[in-house]
Amino acid sequence: MNAPRTIPSKMLGERIPLEGTGAVDIERQRTVVAALRTFLPDHCILWREEDTRPYECDGLTLYRQVPMVVALPETEEQVARIARACFDLDVPIVPRGAGTGLSGGALPHGQGVLLSLAKFNRIVQIDPLARTAVVQPGVRNSAISEAVAHLGLYYAPDPSSQIACTIGGNIAENSGGVHCLKYGLTLQNVLRVRGVTVDGEVVEVGSEAPDAPGYDLLPLVVGCEGMLLVITEATVKLVPKPLKQQVIMASFDDIEKGGDAVAAVIAAGIIPAGMEMMDKPATAAVEPFVKAGYDLNAEAILLVESDGTPEEVAEEIERIEAVLRAKGATQLAVSQSEPERLRYWAGRKAAFPAVGRISPDYYCMDGTIPRKRLGEVLKAIAAMEKKYDLRCANVFHAGDGNLHPLIMFDANDPDSVVRAEEFGFEILELSIAVGGTVTGEHGVGVEKVHQMCLQFDPATLESFFAVKRAFDPPGLLNPGKAIPTLNRCAEYGKMHVHAGALKFPELPRF
Amino acid sequence: MDPTLQALQERVRAAAAAKTPLMITGGGAKAFYGNEPRGEALDVRSVSGIVDYEPTELVVTVRGGTPLAELEARLAEQSQMLPFEPPHFGPTATVGGAVAAGLAGPRRMAAGAVRDFVLGARLLDGRGNVLSFGGRVMKNVAGYDVARALPGSLGTLGVIVEASLKVLPRPVAEQTLLFEMNEAESIRRANEWGGQPLPISATAWCGGQLYVRLSGAAAGVQAAHAKMGGSPVPEAALLWAELREQAHGFFQPGHGTLWRVAVPPTTGPLDLGATLVEWNGGQRWVWSDAPTEKIRARVEAAGGHATQFRGGDRRSTFHPLPPALAAIHRRLKAEFDPAGIFNPGRLYAEP
Repeated sequence: MNAPRTIPSKMLGERIPLEGTGAVDIERQRTVVAALRTFLPDHCILWREEDTRPYECDGLTLYRQVPMVVALPETEEQVARIARACFDLDVPIVPRGAGTGLSGGALPHGQGVLLSLAKFNRIVQIDPLARTAVVQPGVRNSAISEAVAHLGLYYAPDPSSQIACTIGGNIAENSGGVHCLKYGLTLQNVLRVRGVTVDGEVVEVGSEAPDAPGYDLLPLVVGCEGMLLVITEATVKLVPKPLKQQVIMASFDDIEKGGDAVAAVIAAGIIPAGMEMMDKPATAAVEPFVKAGYDLNAEAILLVESDGTPEEVAEEIERIEAVLRAKGATQLAVSQSEPERLRYWAGRKAAFPAVGRISPDYYCMDGTIPRKRLGEVLKAIAAMEKKYDLRCANVFHAGDGNLHPLIMFDANDPDSVVRAEEFGFEILELSIAVGGTVTGEHGVGVEKVHQMCLQFDPATLESFFAVKRAFDPPGLLNPGKAIPTLNRCAEYGKMHVHAGALKFPELPRF
Repeated sequence: MDPTLQALQERVRAAAAAKTPLMITGGGAKAFYGNEPRGEALDVRSVSGIVDYEPTELVVTVRGGTPLAELEARLAEQSQMLPFEPPHFGPTATVGGAVAAGLAGPRRMAAGAVRDFVLGARLLDGRGNVLSFGGRVMKNVAGYDVARALPGSLGTLGVIVEASLKVLPRPVAEQTLLFEMNEAESIRRANEWGGQPLPISATAWCGGQLYVRLSGAAAGVQAAHAKMGGSPVPEAALLWAELREQAHGFFQPGHGTLWRVAVPPTTGPLDLGATLVEWNGGQRWVWSDAPTEKIRARVEAAGGHATQFRGGDRRSTFHPLPPALAAIHRRLKAEFDPAGIFNPGRLYAEP
């Protein structure tokens, strides 16, 4: 959702209330503020509503909740003491980075402390020989690459929000980007995470060595959505900037042909640096805005990037071109200069805001599916556009099978909100049905917590709580996000079967 | 449900009820690794076979008891591979064992660790439930990534009955180069090269010789060779296989305990004993009969950890953990295996 506005009260999240919604308990607020004041300076604590209101949502503005207290610590010791104080008072903590998350992972808790890591914005150390950077969680993603550019290095994961989003949030969500096909997600690019446990202990997981003793906790902490640790520092991996990057732009007159071409490139033994697809509604939205030079007659365009030494790139581009031609590309263009390459990508990276220009609101989905099912899923989405009477533009990380359908609606029209939500849920359910997942890189947060009930069986869901308990026995770190309770699943099952057929949809149901 | 899996489940439930320790065994190829195994043998080789392999999806789903050699042969038919190059340590090695041990071969620094290629897993837990983590797609952030936490857990969290692994195309061209230099110089050079866009897929230093393997497009490999110099090594595939399988002369037993030392790669020589350096300096094999505490203190000061890989005291194979992390470990183990039946003590002595 792009513009802040009043959201009608029919959203599923409100029909089955989320944990921690509702008015602030003033008595409890006083107690918590008093406890924090014993060690935090006044300018690090916000509790008046005019000060806490700006924190009421993250990038998913569909859900809002004013936090009881906002804490803005400046040192790791302060973070540890906040955690300890909240542990002693049984107060939930919601960590927050830049607030650009798209799944509501940083939605505040109405009886909790919103812990902003905004002041942890220092790059602590850069080691050119080891190709690592030690960074605080509030450092912006693109600031890392900027700081090491003179060394010929960069930080590989590049989510579209990279100019604003922070590395702490990237770690919490295991963020991806257009180049993770070749370079991996955040997990593959973070070596060590230092953080504070629920009871205020400082721990380190992972290592600057290739591994750490004992269980490998890094894959649990990376992507934990702020539910296992509060991240205070990380060592990230830097990779050498390729000598050359070139991108091929290919047009297809049929979206399924485009999908087949993606599979064919992989089948030829090529792992491009990036392989992205946009359908006609997406290019139509982008082109007037960015003037990237996209073929507006194409049903789908595919961007395939090759990087490496000039010799490698020349060889790979030739192989990719041959595959795309064989798979029926109607037009092919290869970037001949760096400005041209960046222009091709600018359109893809601006797809979300471009759709925001042509629709009052949009709802971004994040399902990932096996590549071979791409064509059939896109056809099904086209049918859903008719069923829900809403437009949908599709942009996707085609190489990974990660879809980002952007469902266009108008939040001032309550009925279109409900249809948008149902449309989105149907896409997610289809993603699961074809062997995929509800979220490839945006996280579950509050947004997709119900679809978790469909993707995982009860025993596996229970084991997620087991992991949570192992790190956070009292369950105070970002409670209510990412994992649904079995009760919630039961409620959702009942609601969902009858979706659209409820007699009194405005009534709260528990 | 699969009857062989059902039989395992029943066995686990009975063991949990009776609190009978179980020693999970596949091919037994890595029985030497970890603390002394104990408990009744739970042979998991019956849960075997490749479930699904889609070369264009770059994913293979395979049951835990499948021989590793069988899987690798199947991938080779499609010119694909397990990018982490797992050591077998014997012809009987299974896929489940390779994942549970979490050991990677020469390609580790270029390709990634075992966990980086585990997309999903089915785990038979200590209650006899089969849990399904992750999936068969490249990107998946739904739920905690427990599948990726299994490599290195040595069966202490449950039986890996199935894993979905990401595979990659085999490189079109490979070339190994030899350079004469001392240990300190080899570590520095390997890391300097690592900071340049060169297609280096492995490095190993032993006895004054640094071997560097280049993998990728033929043109890229040739260009890198021209830039780096060094003398080409014929039949190098054998060398890398011998290093991976510890069949190389360095690994001939008889010099005390074989330590596996993992340190930040740029760490200078540790001078702990006869040394073979891999992974740009990140993994070092050391023969030493020095006291455990002395070795661990030295390695810990360098920011790493030391494992008694072969020989030594099989009650403290792995580097001790700080208390706050040890507490998380104990709770994880207790959650997944409440009766404490799976491979007790194999990773750390349990209270």
